[in-house]
Amino acid sequence: MAGHTRTQRTFSEYLIERLIQTTGILVILFLALIFLFLLREGGATFFEVSLRDLLQTRWYPNEEYFGILPLVLGSLLVTLGAAAISLPLGLLTAVFIAEVAPRWMREVLKPLIEVLAGIPSVVLGFLGMVVVSPLVREYLGAPTGLTALSGSLMLGYMALPTIVSVAEDALDAVPKSYRDAALALGATHWQTIWRMTVPAARSGILTAVMLGVGRAIGETMAVMMVTGNAARMPLTLNSLLMPVRTMTATIAAEMGEVAQGSTHYHVLFAIGLVLFLVTFIINLVAAWAIFRQGRRYGRLLS
Amino acid sequence: MREPKFLLENVSYIYEDGARALHDISLCIYPHKITAIFGPAGGGKSTLLRLLNRLNDLVPGRHLEGRVLLDGEDIYAPGVDVHALRRRVGMVFATPVPLPMSIRRNLTYGPELAGVRDRARLDELVERSLRAAALWDEVKDRLDEPASALSGGQQQRLCLARTLALEPEVILLDEPTSGLDPISTAKVEASLQELKRRYTIVIVPHSVQQAARVADHAVFMLQGELVEEGPGELLFTRPHDQRTEDYITGRFG
Repeated sequence: MAGHTRTQRTFSEYLIERLIQTTGILVILFLALIFLFLLREGGATFFEVSLRDLLQTRWYPNEEYFGILPLVLGSLLVTLGAAAISLPLGLLTAVFIAEVAPRWMREVLKPLIEVLAGIPSVVLGFLGMVVVSPLVREYLGAPTGLTALSGSLMLGYMALPTIVSVAEDALDAVPKSYRDAALALGATHWQTIWRMTVPAARSGILTAVMLGVGRAIGETMAVMMVTGNAARMPLTLNSLLMPVRTMTATIAAEMGEVAQGSTHYHVLFAIGLVLFLVTFIINLVAAWAIFRQGRRYGRLLS
Repeated sequence: MREPKFLLENVSYIYEDGARALHDISLCIYPHKITAIFGPAGGGKSTLLRLLNRLNDLVPGRHLEGRVLLDGEDIYAPGVDVHALRRRVGMVFATPVPLPMSIRRNLTYGPELAGVRDRARLDELVERSLRAAALWDEVKDRLDEPASALSGGQQQRLCLARTLALEPEVILLDEPTSGLDPISTAKVEASLQELKRRYTIVIVPHSVQQAARVADHAVFMLQGELVEEGPGELLFTRPHDQRTEDYITGRFG
C-alpha cells in the first residue's frame, strides 16, 4: 500500500515537472515561431522592393511607393515625445509616492495608479480625440488637433502607470539601512533621495523606463486615433504639431485591405519586423545596462 | 567628575502602535569613554541609540517624553538643526552600507554636505579618517574604485572612517561588528580604543563578551528599561541586579 502511494506521488511529481518544463519550452517556441513567421512574410519584401526604394521618404503603396522612413521616424518621434513627457513625471511621482507621501496617501495612490494601467487604449484614444486634440489645436495653434504631439501626450499618459508602479517598487525595495546611512551623514531628506535611494534603485528604475517606452512604441489604437496618420517626414521641430503616421498604425490600418501575398502585404510585415527589431534592441540595451550595473554594484545591492 | 556629554532625563519613547520602546530612562554618557549599551534583542538599545542623533525623526507617529541633552542643550528643542546635529553625532550601523560611489567620494560626501570644498582639506580628511579606521594601508592605492568592491570588513571600517571624516564629537555604533570575522572585529575594537581619546563613543555591542571587552561604562537594558549601569569592570564581575547576573552568565537571552 505504502509502495503504491509512493509510486503515485513520484508519478504526479514527474507529471507536474514535465508540465512546467513543457510550458516553458512552448513559450520559447512560440516566440521563435512568431519571429520566423515575420521573417517569412516580411523577408519576401527584400526580393520585391529594393532596399533603396524602402529607404525612400514617400509611403504611397497604391502607386508602389514603399518608403518606410516616414513611418519609422513617425514612430520614433511620437515615442520620444511620450518618453520626454512620461519619464520625468513618472519618476517624480514614484519618488513622491515611495519617499515623501505619508503612508495613508501611498496606500491610496498606488492602487489608483495601477488602475490607470487597465484603461483600454481605445478609450484613451477616444479621450484623446475629443479632449486632447481640441486643446492642442486651440492653444498651440496647430492646423489640426490630430498631431504627433497629441499622440505623444496620450502615449506618455499610457506609459505613466507602468513607469510609476515599477519605479516605485524599486525605490521601495531599497533597504531602510541605506537611507539611515545617508541621513546619519547629515544629508537632508532630498539629498538622501537623490544621492542614495534613487542610485540604489537604478536597475529597477531602468526596467520601469524600458517597460514604459516599450509600451509606448508598440501602442497602436490610441496613436492611430489621435495622430492624423499622414505619412510625412517629421524632420523639423514643428512636425510635433503636424500629423504623423507610425509603423503600428500603418500595419493596423492597411493590413485589413491589402491583398494577401502582394508586395504591399509583404512590406507591411517588413515594417512589423523593423518594429520587432527596434523593441528587441531596446530590451537588449536595458538588459545589458542592468547586467553591467549589476556587476558593478552587485555587492551593494545583494 | 566631568560634565556628561549626553544627559537623558526620564526618557520614554512610544511607537505608533502603542508599543513602549523605552521606559523612563535616565542616563549620563561621559566624554572620552566607551559606553556600551547591552541586553537581549528588543530591549530598546537601538531605539535609544537612534534617539541620540534623531534618526527616528522620520518614523511616523513616534512619541517622545523626557529630555535628551547634548552639552546641556535639548536636541529635541524646536529650531535645532537636525543635519548639523547628525554631523556632531555620527553613526555606524550593523550592516555596512557604502554609498554607491568611489571610496574617496564616500569619505568626502559628508564633509561636502557640510560645506567643505577645499581639495587639500578634503584629501587630508580622507587620509586621516582612513588611518584612524585602520584602513589606509589597504585602500590608499585605489581610492577611486567603487566602495562596493571592498570586502565586508573593509566596508565596515570604511563606514567608520566616513563617520570620522565628519569630525564628530560623538560616535554611535549599532552592532558594528555583527557581520564581521574575528580579525576584522579585533581591528575595529582596537580602533575604538584609539578613538576614545578624541571622541565620546556609544556602542551597542553584538555580544556580552564584546561588551565586557570594550566597555568603560556598561548599561544593561531589558524590555525598554534600564536595569543597571556602572563601570565595565564592576558590572561584569559583580552585578547588583539578579537579572543582570542572569543575563551575563548566560542563563537567558
